[in-house]
Amino acid sequence: MSEDRNNSARPASPEEGISRRRTLQTLGLLAGAGAGLLPGPFSGLAHAQAPSGRPIRVGFQVHRTGIGAAYGRWYERTTVAAAKLINETGGIGGRPLEIVAEDDGTDPKRGPEVVEKLARQHKVDFVYGTLFSHVVMASAPRAGELKIPYFVVSEGYHVASGKLNRYVFQPGITDVRAQVTAVASWILDKLGKKVTMIFPDYAFGYDHRDFLSQAVAKRGGTVLEKLAIPPTETSFTKYFARVPAQTEVLYHVMVGPGVLTFVREMGEHFGAKRPQIFGFIDSLEGVDIASPGLDFLEGTYLWEAFPRYAQAPLAPHVQEYRKRVGVNDAGASMADPKDVSTFSHMFGCWETLFAIKQAVEKSGYRDPAPKDYRALIEYLESVKGFPEGIEHPQGAKTFSGRLHQSYGHQYVSRVENRRLKVVHRTRIEDGMYAPEADYTKQSL
Amino acid sequence: MSFGPHLFLALLEGTVSAFVLALTALGLSLVFGVMRIVNVAHGEFFMLGAVLAWFCSSAVGEPLAGFLVALLAAPLAVGALALAADRWILRRIDYHPESTIVATIGLLYVLQQAVLTLYGPDARPVSPPVYFTIEFPWFGYSGYKLVVAAVSALLLAATWWLLTRTTLGLYMRAAQQDLEMAQALGVPARRIYAIVFALGAMLAATAGVLVVPIQQAHYLMGLDPLLLSFIVVIIGGLGSVKGTLVAAFVVGLSDGVVSVFFSPTLAKIVATLLVVAVLVARPAGLFGAARS
Repeated sequence: MSEDRNNSARPASPEEGISRRRTLQTLGLLAGAGAGLLPGPFSGLAHAQAPSGRPIRVGFQVHRTGIGAAYGRWYERTTVAAAKLINETGGIGGRPLEIVAEDDGTDPKRGPEVVEKLARQHKVDFVYGTLFSHVVMASAPRAGELKIPYFVVSEGYHVASGKLNRYVFQPGITDVRAQVTAVASWILDKLGKKVTMIFPDYAFGYDHRDFLSQAVAKRGGTVLEKLAIPPTETSFTKYFARVPAQTEVLYHVMVGPGVLTFVREMGEHFGAKRPQIFGFIDSLEGVDIASPGLDFLEGTYLWEAFPRYAQAPLAPHVQEYRKRVGVNDAGASMADPKDVSTFSHMFGCWETLFAIKQAVEKSGYRDPAPKDYRALIEYLESVKGFPEGIEHPQGAKTFSGRLHQSYGHQYVSRVENRRLKVVHRTRIEDGMYAPEADYTKQSL
Repeated sequence: MSFGPHLFLALLEGTVSAFVLALTALGLSLVFGVMRIVNVAHGEFFMLGAVLAWFCSSAVGEPLAGFLVALLAAPLAVGALALAADRWILRRIDYHPESTIVATIGLLYVLQQAVLTLYGPDARPVSPPVYFTIEFPWFGYSGYKLVVAAVSALLLAATWWLLTRTTLGLYMRAAQQDLEMAQALGVPARRIYAIVFALGAMLAATAGVLVVPIQQAHYLMGLDPLLLSFIVVIIGGLGSVKGTLVAAFVVGLSDGVVSVFFSPTLAKIVATLLVVAVLVARPAGLFGAARS
């Protein structure tokens, strides 16, 4: 999505991105008298009962380009939709929420620069929204140095591992360690004990490698082979050749622009003689399950954080969430059914913005000053969980203030008739593990 | 999988990548051989071919027809672009070796960012024109990959014929051997330069069209083929068509075998070591003529 396209002064829908210029224009007009004249996502701000005062500015570090672009597009749509709802319902503590988006190219070199630019140049209150774990790992130390709260929506175990710092939180999405731990026993009990793993060759993949291996060993299974694939790889047949013949379960998780090729070549290679296949939906995020060449997926299983295909009965808040982020029953864009969402990840943006709203309102946060930041961080560390509802549509979460990490339910879905059907929902406890860190002991 | 089928798969993978590599690297090699310039934007012509194939296939709808249209239209469009680049950029700096490197780096970014702006950051799939899986007793293999190898082989043969059997090829070879003498004998050097640059770009674009149903069209996809093409051209000898073909097979097959038996990362290391070895032992490449 280009800046230029975003800058046109059309009324925006959740399909569109956030334009920096437009938000700045809105801000400028808010200061003046003619705020109501400007069409845009925040035009509601001008109404009498609408939020007022200095906006809460949330810097949005978004993967608009680079290998995370498909995720970035949907993270942005979800963020726009959540911000719109927050502003329609009184803003944050009566003040408008303003999103300042900045592309980091899914590039770990660019990440820390974006954090710094948002904090210093745009003077945002918080930085938020980073997904790819290598970018998070690179960016988080800068947020710590700048002493600005940094809310990631990344899944990686890096927050809960204690490797980052007290300014980093992940309140909107469960981490990989908990996801893997929650589904491992189901995999071993239902599908088989001899597992071969395929995962991306960087931080996020290593979380899968380490914690699935642990969980498998604990349940008496064995991991036969661990195949790491560089995230920029374009051809995968050569990796499948190294899957041992006695494999009972092939466990796959892949990200990046090559995911469709990855899954298609997996089908070509194994054909009808495939082992049981369990994948993380990451391998198919943004990809239509009914794409040509993917028929072999029928009867295989996928982890989902949030079911992409609407499953009856649909709770009213899930229905409302799906409508507001603009996806149809198959989890694709209502405007373009070919544009499949990253449904199991993007809800994290929505839930994180509502967690920020709650933290600001409950901690009495006013301005980006050390005192207010301390109050906000200490408040969040005292939070025990988030209830299910429109603010947390994926489901209830347990929050560990010590680890700065949320824990929620996970789903196992089976591919049936080229759609995903939920066959198992884990309990929150299934994913819990003994904490290895305590951020509350770090100084601010 | 036992050793035999394992090796067979490795060779299949290697052969397919060798043909595609040969097609991509040949353009780079021709441009260097005749024009004495290093075209850093070569990988972007490959990427443009793939992206244009996506536009063709989504405009036409039917995969086979879309593919055939792309196979014709994409190289022509990219060739026209290369002609323009030759006319407005390369000729203006008089094909100066150092300046052209900088100029083509600039062209690389312009093309990449233009595609990012107009086409977007997504990797988009293109349906293969024919889709079938060959079921060997031990594993299945994409039939389209074999089609890619066959079409590449045909195009390589056609280029070979062009170079050795036509007047145009004669002019190209003459310009490569001794430009001044060729000009003295009436070879239209400027026109030959433009044609060679366009031809090199068209070969890369064709490779892009062929590969896109296996990969996906993405604005950053030109970097890998550029790197591999350089490796092939350096090993084979800059400017030697025969060397390029031999080196493509050495690199492609070793990549296939090493990736399948060990790891793809090791395969890249081996290729790089091969480049180092060639540069140390035979700086002009396996088939390159030493120049003063």
